[in-house]
Amino acid sequence: MRPVLYVLSFLAVLALGFWAYRENYTTQAALRDVTALQDEIAGIRESLAVQRAEWAYLNRPERLRDLATLNFDRLGLLPMEPAQFGSAQQVAFPPAPIISNLDIASPQSVSGSLDVAAAEQTP
Amino acid sequence: MTRTPLRPLARILHARSTGENPDSIERENLRLRHEVMRDKARGRAQLRLVVLALCFFSAFTVIGARMGTMAASVPEEPRTASAGTEIEASRADILDRHGRILATNMTTHALYVQTRDLVDPARVAKELAAIFPELDEATLLRRFTDGRSFLWVRKVLSPEQMQKVHEIGDPGLLFGPREMRLYPNGTLAAHVLGGASFGAEGVDSAEVIGTAGLEKFMDQRLRDPAQAGTPLVTSLDLTVQASVEDVLASGITMMNAKGGAAILMDVKTGEILALAAGPTFDPNDRPNNPTSGEPSDSPLFNRAVQGIYELGSTFKIFAAAQAIDLGLVTPETLVDANAPMRYGKFTIKEFENHNYGPMATVADIIAKSSNVGTAHIAMMIGGERQQAFLKSLGLFDASPVELVEAKGAKPLRPTRWPEIVTITAAYGHGVSGSPLNLATAYATIANGGIKVTPTLLKRTEPMKGARVMKKETALMAVSMMRRVVTEGTASLADVPGYAVAGKTGTAEKPKRGGGYDHEKVVNTFASVFPANDPKYVLVVTLDEPVETTGPKPRRTAGWTAVPVAAEIIRRAAPLLGLRPQVEPQPLDGLTAVKQ
Repeated sequence: MRPVLYVLSFLAVLALGFWAYRENYTTQAALRDVTALQDEIAGIRESLAVQRAEWAYLNRPERLRDLATLNFDRLGLLPMEPAQFGSAQQVAFPPAPIISNLDIASPQSVSGSLDVAAAEQTP
Repeated sequence: MTRTPLRPLARILHARSTGENPDSIERENLRLRHEVMRDKARGRAQLRLVVLALCFFSAFTVIGARMGTMAASVPEEPRTASAGTEIEASRADILDRHGRILATNMTTHALYVQTRDLVDPARVAKELAAIFPELDEATLLRRFTDGRSFLWVRKVLSPEQMQKVHEIGDPGLLFGPREMRLYPNGTLAAHVLGGASFGAEGVDSAEVIGTAGLEKFMDQRLRDPAQAGTPLVTSLDLTVQASVEDVLASGITMMNAKGGAAILMDVKTGEILALAAGPTFDPNDRPNNPTSGEPSDSPLFNRAVQGIYELGSTFKIFAAAQAIDLGLVTPETLVDANAPMRYGKFTIKEFENHNYGPMATVADIIAKSSNVGTAHIAMMIGGERQQAFLKSLGLFDASPVELVEAKGAKPLRPTRWPEIVTITAAYGHGVSGSPLNLATAYATIANGGIKVTPTLLKRTEPMKGARVMKKETALMAVSMMRRVVTEGTASLADVPGYAVAGKTGTAEKPKRGGGYDHEKVVNTFASVFPANDPKYVLVVTLDEPVETTGPKPRRTAGWTAVPVAAEIIRRAAPLLGLRPQVEPQPLDGLTAVKQ
């Protein structure tokens, strides 16, 4: 009985040694991966910061003002004025839906399209 | 193990035959056996002690060795920890109130030289001088060859410059990574942000420290590694700040002024939405501090905070408000305004020797900006109460705003306070303050008499300050200021829809030798809008302006600071989302009867 126990424990030590060896290498590989990933994250963060800085630089008020002046003939942008505030009453109602797929032959539908034209004329 | 008997038969028999006591043999043998047993036990105990000592020794050796390696090794971040904010920038960003970037960091490189590794110092010096125009070839070569082993060439490089240096291809030229502070908006809010520069420099990194303004005041917070990932959110509004700076700059040019300042403040929270001073500078390329001449001639001078001026007639509203608060007068009370007024050896006159008297109502005194009338109101109040009131408005202390420059700019006032000072202080002469002090005091009035503390950091809750005056008094003061715009000295500030209320102030600058310089004035317009429900305070100050469109040059605030302020309100109010309103008109006789 005893020799069997000895052999078994020797085998167990061997197996554990093998397991520890493998774990060691997988851990090292994982750590290498993490380092690489963190480097990548740091790099991405850095380029993100640069992009943000560039976005802010390109959108600086001075440049936007110059661009608005330069493209005035196309855009016609001017500084916002108090008179540009509107009220809800000034917003037009959406035009009545145009009925499509009309049967031209039926008099019903002709009168319907006339209504649409009349509705469009009223503001 | 062979066991020796205690009573060996041969010896016992032999002893018996010789008549000896056989028991002594047994005792002798027992003694010998005990001795053997004792030796064995001692040996085992000694072995155990040695083993234990070995265990302790190795344990302490391991601990000691580990401590030694930890102390001697370079600190390293735990690699298995999740990548969080710890790999963030070293200095926190500064944002405006809507999250737009005012200051951020950028990675760049510094250039240094290991002279021992230089292959051809003469060629390197020549090519470096060709890339960087500010470097001198002869100086570089001298520094490369004077025996030093290491020297910095440039603190920051652009990627193009770095590529060119790479192309020189000398092994002695090396790059160190750097985080540099970047202000993407250029000169925008330069006086608020201040600037940053490098502190202690190493090859691998350099610390970035704030040199002025908000960057220096909040340096600890911005450098704190625990908060590096959380940007500092200021109260400024980028668009409003840009418009205010734009209008102020054209105002300074049009009014031929030496400089100017504008402050726009939210009266409920004390947040400064825009703070502009001109002339300005680029914080990315901050000029050096001036070593000679007037500090105010440098673009670094922040007129809004550091400019301590006599603020003139803008102070009159404080006298009027206090007199009303104390119940001495009402806006309709008639006060002696007969000019000129004699007080001892002093004569108090009105602007251009007008006379608004003999009697005028308090509201008219403010609207027409009468010195004599204000002097009489101040005499009713008395010096002590006047001082206490001005102090409670924060006009005697340096502004608590988050700028390093503010601490050094303490308002000036006479140490003694005789009655003549009471009189002159009432119309803003003899006491000085910064435009920010004035804006804070006006914000307190506009906030219904509750003291406002100015801040450059975003605040979400309204101010919970001490009450300085009654709410009714504050309302009356604002409506008196509204009359200054509708029928008084600030008629050019009447922006339709925004019911601007305000008070003008023109003060002559003191001359070096004493007395006042009539040609050099500081014009201030302090305004509150909209008057029926005050939300914002705007103070515009122009330094030595002169308006030359008329037949003779005009130097009063009504002609210089007021139109600039009006234009700022016209531009900024819509950006603040303030809808123009039809002002409630006072009931005329007919309407009143009809109702």
